[in-house]
Amino acid sequence: MLKIEGVHTFYGQIEALKGVDLHIGKGEIVTLIGANGAGKSTLLMTVFGNPKCRKGRIVYEGQDITGVPAHEIVRLGIAQSPEGRRIFPRMTVYENLQMGALPTDGSTFEADIREVFDLFPRLEERRNQRGGTLSGGEQQMLAIGRAMMSKPRLLLLDEPSLGLAPLVVRQIFEIIKKINEKGVTVFLVEQNAFHALKLAHRGYVMVNGSITLTGTGRELLANPEIRAAYLEGGH
Amino acid sequence: MAYFIQQLINGLTLGAIYGLIAIGYTMVYGIIGMINFAHGEIYMIGAFISVITFLVLQAAGIGFVPLILVVMLIASMLFTAVYGWSVERVAYRPLRRAPRLAALISAIGMSIALQNYVQLTQGARVKALAPIISGGVTLFEQDGFAVRLSFLQIFIIILTMALMAGFSYLIDRTPLGRQQRACEQDRTMASLVGVNVDRTISTTFVMGAALAAVAGMMVTLYYGVVDFFIGFLAGVKAFTAAVLGGIGSLPGAMLGGLLIGLIEAFWSAYFSIEYKDVAAFSILVLVLIFRPTGLLGKPEIEKV
Ligand SMILES: Nc1ncnc2c1ncn2[C@@H]1O[C@H](COP(=O)(O)OP(=O)(O)OP(=O)(O)O)[C@@H](O)[C@H]1O
Ligand SMILES: [Mg+2]
Repeated sequence: MLKIEGVHTFYGQIEALKGVDLHIGKGEIVTLIGANGAGKSTLLMTVFGNPKCRKGRIVYEGQDITGVPAHEIVRLGIAQSPEGRRIFPRMTVYENLQMGALPTDGSTFEADIREVFDLFPRLEERRNQRGGTLSGGEQQMLAIGRAMMSKPRLLLLDEPSLGLAPLVVRQIFEIIKKINEKGVTVFLVEQNAFHALKLAHRGYVMVNGSITLTGTGRELLANPEIRAAYLEGGH
Repeated sequence: MAYFIQQLINGLTLGAIYGLIAIGYTMVYGIIGMINFAHGEIYMIGAFISVITFLVLQAAGIGFVPLILVVMLIASMLFTAVYGWSVERVAYRPLRRAPRLAALISAIGMSIALQNYVQLTQGARVKALAPIISGGVTLFEQDGFAVRLSFLQIFIIILTMALMAGFSYLIDRTPLGRQQRACEQDRTMASLVGVNVDRTISTTFVMGAALAAVAGMMVTLYYGVVDFFIGFLAGVKAFTAAVLGGIGSLPGAMLGGLLIGLIEAFWSAYFSIEYKDVAAFSILVLVLIFRPTGLLGKPEIEKV
């Protein structure tokens, strides 16, 4: 579904991605783990052309989308819940969801928002509250809900569990699973390697702008290197 | 009392005009975080276009006043919008990622260029216009002073209120307005959900310019004269209005405009008309010192 081939991305002179190769199959949950500053968020943003990929290709459903402007990517069926959630702070929950529905023709808006409210009943209770005043967990739900409003076939999630209480983390992961069961392919960037690898079909490990390891979620969970680097002491 | 009420009416009229210009400052500031210093010139161009339209209509022998007004309004909004759009393309877009100082200098350059362009093409002399809307009503008389409300003032106040109401609706309730607010709040995120940021910024300049054009037309009707230099003072006052109301806030710009208009009217009436511009400038300084966020620009508490 999505193929990333030898992608190099730069911030000025700094090379943040040094030739990344990975692929995501239709219907999968694929996770990408790695330490702070490895380049995970950069990879998700590179899919949206911001920053631009300087070398390599990004292919989505057989179509080369390298260089397609960000606002057109979402119209191809890729949505992102970005790092830091980036809720529109001075818009209500409802308006944030309306923004998410921008790429659609609006004919299924009521059904789509119903679906999001069913996933996150909390959002329905807070529909007229301003995004900036939501709690961290609520903001995360809204970020995912907003992404879902564009009816994506591929959903990119950047650290949805960051800063959330363990109970909420579990809820979020359950919902990601539900979303995937509805037929949405999920690419999940996570620090919470344990939960992510348990949930994902496959995973990749990124170190310093390159992929160093890949395998099924189970394999990676059992891998001693990974246990040492990402799993010891946590959760 | 009668004198006071007369000044109130005059101040409201003036304030309506400043408010319309101030909206352009505040919206552009909201979306690109920069003061569009060429906005006063856009307003001046709007005034000129309305004069030219009037002269063309007159030459064509059209004398039906409502038709003249409608055509003037549409023509000045339309053509001025093209100028607003071009200013963004030429002076701001290439510098979107440049340091702010570069964009500021570019804006000032644009402002001087537009002034000189109008001076060259239209001449430096004041252009005068015969009154189009005349007459009015006497509200009441007291101690030999008659409080007058001219039809032109009614026209200006009603048109401004209608435009402001329509505009607030557009920003608060329509998809276009939501896209503008999204760009204002987080441009990167806006692009991720599918907002064409460049186009939205262009639209903002176009809308600001169209409102400034209406203000330009009103001033032309109100004072009956225009010259290539009117953009400067009106620009600074409208900018003051935007800052006073809280830069970035739409209701703030409207409120600020009204207040500046009122202050100017009362200042001229009770203190000194020669120094009426000092009032606006003093307010700008005072606001910047004591309440830089303006009256309605109180930043909300936000979790990031
Ligand atoms: N806008 C930017 N300008 C310059 N350098 C940047 C920028 N954004 C990220 N970087 C750098 O690129 C590298 C990769 O950053 P990135 O945000 O992709 O890491 P990450 O894997 O998402 O980390 P984290 O887990 O902490 O979110 C880091 O060294 C970072 O400092
Ligand atoms: Mg990151």
